[in-house]
Amino acid sequence: MTFYEEVQEIRARYPEESRSAALPALRLAQEKHGWLSRQAIEETAEALEVTPAFCYSVATFYDLLHLEPVGKHTIDVCTNLPCALSGAQRVVEAFESKLGIRAGETTPDGEVTLRAVECLGGCGYATVVAVDDRYHQHVRADTVAEILEGIDGGA
Amino acid sequence: MAERRVLLAGADERDLTQLAEYRAIGGYQGVEKARAMTPDELIAELEKAILRGRGGAGFPMGRKASLIDRKSAKPKYLVVNADESEPGAFKDREVMAKVPHRLIEGCLIAAHAIESRNVFIYIRGEYLTEYEILAGAVAEAREAGIFGDVDITVHRGAGAYICGEETALLESLEGKRGQPRPRPPFPPIQGLYMAPTQINNVCTIATVPVILEIGAEEFAKTGVPSSPGTAIFSVSGNVARPGNYELDLGTPMRELIYEHAGGIADGRELKAVIPGGSSVPALTPDQIDVPLDYDSLGAIGTFFGAASLIVVDDRCCMVQLAIRSTKFYAHESCGKCTPCRVGTRWMVQILESIENGTASHADLELLDSVGDNILGKVLCALGEFAVYPVSSYLHKWRDEFVAHIEHGGCPFEGSSSLEGILAPSDQHAHTPAGQEALV
Repeated sequence: MTFYEEVQEIRARYPEESRSAALPALRLAQEKHGWLSRQAIEETAEALEVTPAFCYSVATFYDLLHLEPVGKHTIDVCTNLPCALSGAQRVVEAFESKLGIRAGETTPDGEVTLRAVECLGGCGYATVVAVDDRYHQHVRADTVAEILEGIDGGA
Repeated sequence: MAERRVLLAGADERDLTQLAEYRAIGGYQGVEKARAMTPDELIAELEKAILRGRGGAGFPMGRKASLIDRKSAKPKYLVVNADESEPGAFKDREVMAKVPHRLIEGCLIAAHAIESRNVFIYIRGEYLTEYEILAGAVAEAREAGIFGDVDITVHRGAGAYICGEETALLESLEGKRGQPRPRPPFPPIQGLYMAPTQINNVCTIATVPVILEIGAEEFAKTGVPSSPGTAIFSVSGNVARPGNYELDLGTPMRELIYEHAGGIADGRELKAVIPGGSSVPALTPDQIDVPLDYDSLGAIGTFFGAASLIVVDDRCCMVQLAIRSTKFYAHESCGKCTPCRVGTRWMVQILESIENGTASHADLELLDSVGDNILGKVLCALGEFAVYPVSSYLHKWRDEFVAHIEHGGCPFEGSSSLEGILAPSDQHAHTPAGQEALV
């Protein structure tokens, strides 16, 4: 099925006149392209029969939609209060030192993007780290290496 | 009091993500009972249960259903708010992962009450595993023919705290930027696609089958009269056993923290409890002999909120706590209302000047004044959520704020548990070296 056809299938789940398919369509475009390039935005707009400007306005609002290239893998470390009270800072520092980049950056080989993010909803199992959207819980500075090995092994 | 599992009943013994397992413990009998009633009878039953909204506002679910304009020629919608994003809250996630069919059954019962054929569950974008489990359970129940003429669509968000606010959620579900709408009109009159809409939190809807199972009268006898039933309490921060605990409403806060959650970790002293998720006023250690219910917490100047307790020990600098909290709300402010968009950032600047020793005593008054100019002057509660906690830190731990000013910086001198706190990375900008962004 082409991207256009997949978007039509999503649109069929919602009332005809609505734009409710915008978020699922943008996420689908991102899955296919890795990030929302201008081309990806334009293709999504065409499939939704809306303007690229509308898609861009939506995409800029949501944190999970990437408007710039990201690494093949994303590592999101929760740094909100409950995780911070349990030492999330040390976890971010451990990732930074192992990967040789700062939070918010991508490794030069394009493999990994590291981000410090807001609450992931795992506060009782701090620190929470999402690797490619899968949660790792109770992460400590000394277990960061294991997580990185898991990524290398799976890549 | 021991834990009393109602929402999570059976989840430890069986794999309740499977339809057959949920049916084996009497699942989907509640919806049959509900469908034998007229919508009016069902709403009357739900009203009798006084099931107060578990999302934070505490508005009775049955009364909400009674406000739906069922005579409208437009379709009626039921929307489940599964955009759990309040720092400290992680219980909707457990309900969706462990008892998805109880949530689905609740949806079908509530849909019958308001004569809706279209249910949307808006789940936060980060919850991938939970989405997969819930979508799988929805597909299984649909194939088994349980839905009747109702359909349920699971809709994923894409990372925005504000979408937990009900009108922002509706905007987002309509495919737009998630910015709140002015009220009135309220959603029961004009909600999703301008049609009458009931919006409830995951835990509220997942409690509905229990009411049908035991009857509203029996349900109303549990918990406390003004807040019947159980709630799942999320406990996080500096306790020995953080986690989710399902308890009768009215259980003393001290019991939850010191018995269920094992007390303060590492032999430290309790300093503060933020009882409803990070958005509510904090309590001092002498305030925790309070029953955990909406009215009792309201009576001591805080909120039941999302039933999510963040426990803070004595290593924590309250100014740093305020900075981290406010940075979150500033990051998540949708930008629609000026007092919130500008005020939250201003609060961060003042707090940072207090922390780094460049503030004067007048800045404490300024911080209060900026807060006062957000409260009541915004379309939704997000701006107020930034102010409530900070205002409580400033007034209850004022000595610590004053000490920062007189000391010329943080009196903890690097020993605070929040030292080195991080703001979120700019989540849109992470270009690899050498590559240029196209947009």
